[in-house]
Amino acid sequence: MPVAAVAAGVAWAGFCPIELATRDELFEIPPGTYARRMAGDKVEILPDRIDLTLALNDVLLLRNRDEVPQQFGPVVIMPGQSFRLPFEVASTYSFACSAHASGQFAVVVAPTPEPGWQRMRWRWKQWSKRSIDRKATS
Amino acid sequence: MRRRALLLAALPLPALAAAPSAARLKAGVFEPAQPAPEIALKGSDGSELKLARFKGKFVLLVFGFTNCPEVCPTTLATLTQARKELGADASDVQVVFLTVDPERDDLARLRTYLAAFDSSFVGGTDTPERLAAVQKRYGVVATKVPMPGGGYAVNHTSSVYLIDRAGRLRAMMPYGHEAKDFVHDLKLLLAAK
Repeated sequence: MPVAAVAAGVAWAGFCPIELATRDELFEIPPGTYARRMAGDKVEILPDRIDLTLALNDVLLLRNRDEVPQQFGPVVIMPGQSFRLPFEVASTYSFACSAHASGQFAVVVAPTPEPGWQRMRWRWKQWSKRSIDRKATS
Repeated sequence: MRRRALLLAALPLPALAAAPSAARLKAGVFEPAQPAPEIALKGSDGSELKLARFKGKFVLLVFGFTNCPEVCPTTLATLTQARKELGADASDVQVVFLTVDPERDDLARLRTYLAAFDSSFVGGTDTPERLAAVQKRYGVVATKVPMPGGGYAVNHTSSVYLIDRAGRLRAMMPYGHEAKDFVHDLKLLLAAK
């Protein structure tokens, strides 16, 4: 019985189509970020590398909820404004960005995971990422 | 009462009409669009270079330098091709090229360089301070890099900024997109009025 359950789980992970509620990968500058920076806090919101997957989470959505314009990745975003950048080709996209110490910001767009091993590995990575995020916020 | 109901029903229509086209763009889209930071530089056509001059046209704003070995010639060739593919609509599209290398790019050099792509392209230069102020407002990065054999290159933001007929910064097309992507977006944006 446990073997059957594991086999069913593996089959689901490898072959069940992936469906996400949204294709947007959101990064948001919360209100008060500028004030916190001015007070000496080191606030890092956008990592210098973002991994996306074609046809799944392939839209980078940057939103500025702070009270002042913010350099956010490759663009300046006004208060209350969003920047929505879609990707249609799997590749590594590099942007010059003064908001990062390296001066660079990269978006790595991986191909759509094929059924089987690739899909299983994608699900595993997502599950690991969510676990880490949950631990970080708890 | 009936009139009010009709007005209320009509209000969301422009928003609904604009939203799908913005969502379908190949470029990154700013929502809501806000006025593009104004520029006031020396233009390669002999006039002061201000965005206000091009109100009523769609402006494609590029930052680069004439000694650029690859990115700038590729971008300008792409925009030249896009304007050709736009046909009659090309007259509604103005390419503006702002130098990130004022030391070497004077007005005459910009004029000659841009004419090799499309005689309608307008270049802009000024003091390093004035150019840096414009770059900062657009979030553009430009860093001098010494070359092994002497001289220097400039690492710079390679995206193209799309500014609509009303002078609003609507979108940013990252480097690497083909002419057909610009044509796709410009047709949608020009049709939206």
